[in-house]
Amino acid sequence: MRTTRKRAFALVAGMSTIALLASACGGSGDDTTDEPAGDGGTETTDEEITLTISTFNEWGYDTLLDQYMEEHPNITIEHNKFATSNEARDQFNTSLAAGSGLADVVGVEVDWMPEIMQYSDQFVDLASDSVEGRWQDWKVGQATTPDGKLVGYGIDIGPEAIAYRADLFEAAGLPSDREAVAELFGGEGATWDDFFAVGDQFTANSDVPFYDSGAAIYQGMINQIEAAYEDPESNDIVAVDNSEVKDIYDTIMSHTDLSAGLQQWNEDWVNSFQNNGFAVMLAPSWMLGVISGNAEGVTGWDIANVFPGGGGNWGGSFLTVPTQSSHPEEAKALADWLTAPEQQLVAFQTTGNFPSQVEAQNSDELGTITNEFFNNAPIGTIFAERAAAVTVAPYKGPNYFAINDAMAQAINRVEVDGTDDAASSWAKWVEAVQAL
Amino acid sequence: MSTQIPTRPGRARGAAATAPSAPPRRIGFRQTLGRWDVKISPYLYISPFFIVFAITGLFPLLYTGFVSVHEWDLLGGQGDFVGLENFTTVLDQAFFWKALRNTISIFLLSSVPQVLMALMLAALLHANLRARTFWRMGVLLPYVVAPVAVTLVFSKMFADDSGMINAILGQVGMDPIAWHSDPFWSHVAIASMVNFRWTGYNTLIFLAAMQAIPQDLYEAAVIDGASRIRQFFSVTIPMVRPTIIFVVITSTIGGLQIYDEPRMFDNFGQGGNDRQWLTVTLYLYELGWRNTNLGRAAAVAWLLFLVIVIFAIGNYLITRRIAAEPTLRTTRGAKRVAGRSAR
Repeated sequence: MRTTRKRAFALVAGMSTIALLASACGGSGDDTTDEPAGDGGTETTDEEITLTISTFNEWGYDTLLDQYMEEHPNITIEHNKFATSNEARDQFNTSLAAGSGLADVVGVEVDWMPEIMQYSDQFVDLASDSVEGRWQDWKVGQATTPDGKLVGYGIDIGPEAIAYRADLFEAAGLPSDREAVAELFGGEGATWDDFFAVGDQFTANSDVPFYDSGAAIYQGMINQIEAAYEDPESNDIVAVDNSEVKDIYDTIMSHTDLSAGLQQWNEDWVNSFQNNGFAVMLAPSWMLGVISGNAEGVTGWDIANVFPGGGGNWGGSFLTVPTQSSHPEEAKALADWLTAPEQQLVAFQTTGNFPSQVEAQNSDELGTITNEFFNNAPIGTIFAERAAAVTVAPYKGPNYFAINDAMAQAINRVEVDGTDDAASSWAKWVEAVQAL
Repeated sequence: MSTQIPTRPGRARGAAATAPSAPPRRIGFRQTLGRWDVKISPYLYISPFFIVFAITGLFPLLYTGFVSVHEWDLLGGQGDFVGLENFTTVLDQAFFWKALRNTISIFLLSSVPQVLMALMLAALLHANLRARTFWRMGVLLPYVVAPVAVTLVFSKMFADDSGMINAILGQVGMDPIAWHSDPFWSHVAIASMVNFRWTGYNTLIFLAAMQAIPQDLYEAAVIDGASRIRQFFSVTIPMVRPTIIFVVITSTIGGLQIYDEPRMFDNFGQGGNDRQWLTVTLYLYELGWRNTNLGRAAAVAWLLFLVIVIFAIGNYLITRRIAAEPTLRTTRGAKRVAGRSAR
C-alpha cells in the first residue's frame, strides 16, 4: 500500500502537476489572448448569478459583501479567504497558468503585482469614469500598464510610521510621549542617521535591543529608492551594481549591534513580543493588527508620527478581474463598489487596513479613529499624514520579489543565523541574483 | 492495446491444440467467447491501473522531460528549445548541490534509525504482551496525525530562543542548539519529525511479516538452545528479509522526496536563509512556482528521479546482502550448537 502511495508521489505528484499545469498553460495561451474582455452581457443584469471573490489575511469584507448581496438580490457572492499572501500567490499562479480556477474578483498584493502586469492581457481593463481620481497617482501607476490599461483597483496601502515601546524608552531616559518621540527621531526632516543615532542612545542605557530585525529596516530603506533592482526602461537587473543597494546593505550591517537579530514572522520573533524583545519597529498600518495580536497583554506600545528619510510605503493590495471570469461586468461592478472610499473606511475600522482612496484619507471620519492598544493613538490622522509624506513610488519589476527576498535572506544569514559575515553573505546574494 | 497482444499466442496455441486431435469441427461463438474470457479478462481487470498510470504517471513523466529541454515559464508557457541548458544551469547552482546534500543527509538521519527502531518495536510487539491491540494501535497513532500538524507542533518545540527543547537543555546546563542555523541540527530536527510519523507505520508492516513466520522455526531454535536475541537475529531477520527490502525501498523513495516537513520547518518554506534545510523537492518548487521557471524545475524533477533510481537500486543491493548474511550465520550457528551438544 505504501509503495503505491509513495510511487504515486514519485510519478504523479511531482511531475504530473508540473506537466499538466504546463500543458494546460500552453493550451490556454492561444485562446485567451485575443478574447474581448466584456462578453459577459451587460444587459442581462437581472439574471441570477454567482460571483466569487478571493482575498487573503483579513480585509474586513464579510459585512460589506452581505450588504452588497442585499442591495443586489440577483447576485450571490462566495468569498474564498486565503490565510497568507504567499498561499494566495501560489494558487493565483497555478490557476492563471491553468486558464481556469481563478475567482471573478481576485485580490493581489503589491509585491507580486509586477509579475502579473506581464500578463495584463489576461485581465479585464478596469478603467472607468467612476474611479477617475480615486487614488493617489503612484498607487494607480502600480496597476497601470505602459499603454494605459488599468489592471487593478487599489484597496489599501501601507504608509509607515514608527511603533515603539513608551515604557522602555522612559526606562532608558528618553522621551516617551508620541510627539516628543517624533521630534527625537527628527520630526519632519527625520533621516536614517537620526534613527540609528537614537538607537545608539537607547542601547547605551538599556539591555533591550533597539529594533527587531535588520531585514525589516532594510525594507523601509529600499522602499525609498526609485529603481533599486531593475532598470524601469528595460527591466534589466541592475541590483548588483547599484551602489544605493550596497550602501543600504552596508548601513544595516554596520548597525547589527542595534538589532535583536530576529527574523520577522518566525516563531522567535512572534514570541519576542511577549518578553521585551525589542523597543522599536517600522510599522506600516497593517502591522498594527500584527503587533497588538502578538503583544497581547503587553502595555506601552505607542505610535510616533514620523518616518526617517521622508515617507515610506510597505505593502498594500489590489482587486483584479481576470478574463477567465464568466461575469466580468458584474465582477468589475463589485470590485468598483468594494474599493469605493465609503466601503474602504468601513474596512479600516474593522481591521486597520489603511484606505488607498484619497477621499477616504481626507474624510473627517478617518480623523476620529483611534487605537486603544497603542495608547489611544489617533491612527487615522497619523497614517493619513504618513501617506501624504510618501513621495517615491519605487519601481518594482518582474524580478523584484525574488531579488528582495534573496536580500532579506542575505541580511538574516548574518544577523539571525550567523553563518556568514557581511562580505560572504553579499557574495551569496550576488550569486542568487545572477541565477535569476 | 495491452489487451490484444496476449490473445494472439493464446489463439495460436488453441488452434494448434485442436488441429491434430479432431476433424474439422465448428467452434461455437460461445466457446470462443469463453476462451477470450479466460485469456483476456485478467488483463482487462488489471488494465484500469495501467491506464490511470499511463495518464497520471507515464505521460507526465515524459512530458516533464519535454518541458525540461525548453525555456518554459509557468505563466508565459513554452519558449525556445534550449537542449540541455536547463540541466547544466541547475547543476551549476550551489543551491542544487546544497539541496542534494541536505536531502541525502535528512534521508540517512531518518530512514536508518527508522527501520532499525521499527524492527525492534515490531519484535517487542510480537512478544506476548498484555493489552496487545492497545500497544499495536498506539504505535500507529502518530501516523494518523496530519503531517502539517505534526510539523507545527515540532516547529514550536524546536524554536531557537523560545522552544521547549532548548529550554530543557538549558535546565540541565547545556548550551542551546541552533536548530535553524546549523545545517546538521536542522536535519536532525526534521528527521525526528519524519521518524515520529513513519516509525509506527513500518513497525506494523514488520509485525505483520513476523506473524507470518512459522512457529516451529522458533521451537526448533529453542530446542537448539538459541537465546531470544539469537532467535531474533537468526530466525526473525532472515525470515522478514523481503519485507525489509520493501520497507527500505519505499522509505528511500519517500525520504528523497521529503517536502512537508522542511517546508513547514519555518514560516517561509525556503529551507532557511542559507538554505540549511533546502531539499530537492523544495528547490523544485522554488524554481517552478516562486521563480516561475518551469523548464529548470522540470530539469530538477528529472535529476531527482535519477537520484532516486540510483538510491533505490543501491539500497536493494545492500539490503539483500545484509539480510542474506544471517542465514549463513544460522547454519553456522546451528552447526556450532550441534557441535557443542555433541561434545
